[in-house]
Amino acid sequence: MADDVYKIQDNEIKSDALYNAVLADSDGAVTTFAGVVRDNTKGRGTSYLVYDAYRDMAEKKMREIGDEVKEKWEIDCVGILHRVGRLEIGEISVLIAISSPHRKASLEACHYAIDRLKQTVPIWKKEVWTDGGEAWIEGDPSALASR
Amino acid sequence: MNIKVLFFASCRDLIGTGEREMTLPDSATVTDLISELASEQARFIDMAPSLMVSINQAYVERDAKLQDGDEVAFIPPVSGG
Repeated sequence: MADDVYKIQDNEIKSDALYNAVLADSDGAVTTFAGVVRDNTKGRGTSYLVYDAYRDMAEKKMREIGDEVKEKWEIDCVGILHRVGRLEIGEISVLIAISSPHRKASLEACHYAIDRLKQTVPIWKKEVWTDGGEAWIEGDPSALASR
Repeated sequence: MNIKVLFFASCRDLIGTGEREMTLPDSATVTDLISELASEQARFIDMAPSLMVSINQAYVERDAKLQDGDEVAFIPPVSGG
């Protein structure tokens, strides 16, 4: 069994950054999810994004998500990376990789993990648009009711 | 007591800094801290209802009591991912 990985980082996230880190001989599946910077929000052109995080707490909350999925499914190992700073179109903002003996557990756990990350982990996205405007995006405040 | 207060994203823009050291009366609560900040920056009171608050990196309610040395953070609705 490999060690879990929970990290906020400034540098580029490669799409395969977690694959080997979560994989062990007893695993039959690895599910990875990459969140990527899109070139528009509802048709308004995006120039780039800036992510900010409460780093120590964000890593702690990501670890809590890992602990949650291990309680709910038969999971071997969890890795979650989130990048902060300026991100260009097409770059990876978040990467999750979850390994398990059988595929269903890692597929379901990965979906759950990204949904929870968007609810509980103190990270914020600023959109800078091609028309010159910019704004911090705020998620759904009620989502934290289930923190 | 002395505490460290952290501000993020839109809240940091409003306050004008990401981190402050503040002195509050003993037995002050989160609500007292919000009042103190609102007395300096009136628009903070409009933003406050949408903010989550953490003490030492755990989410708390408004009636939570602060202690000397605490790290308090004001957390706008998160938008990571």
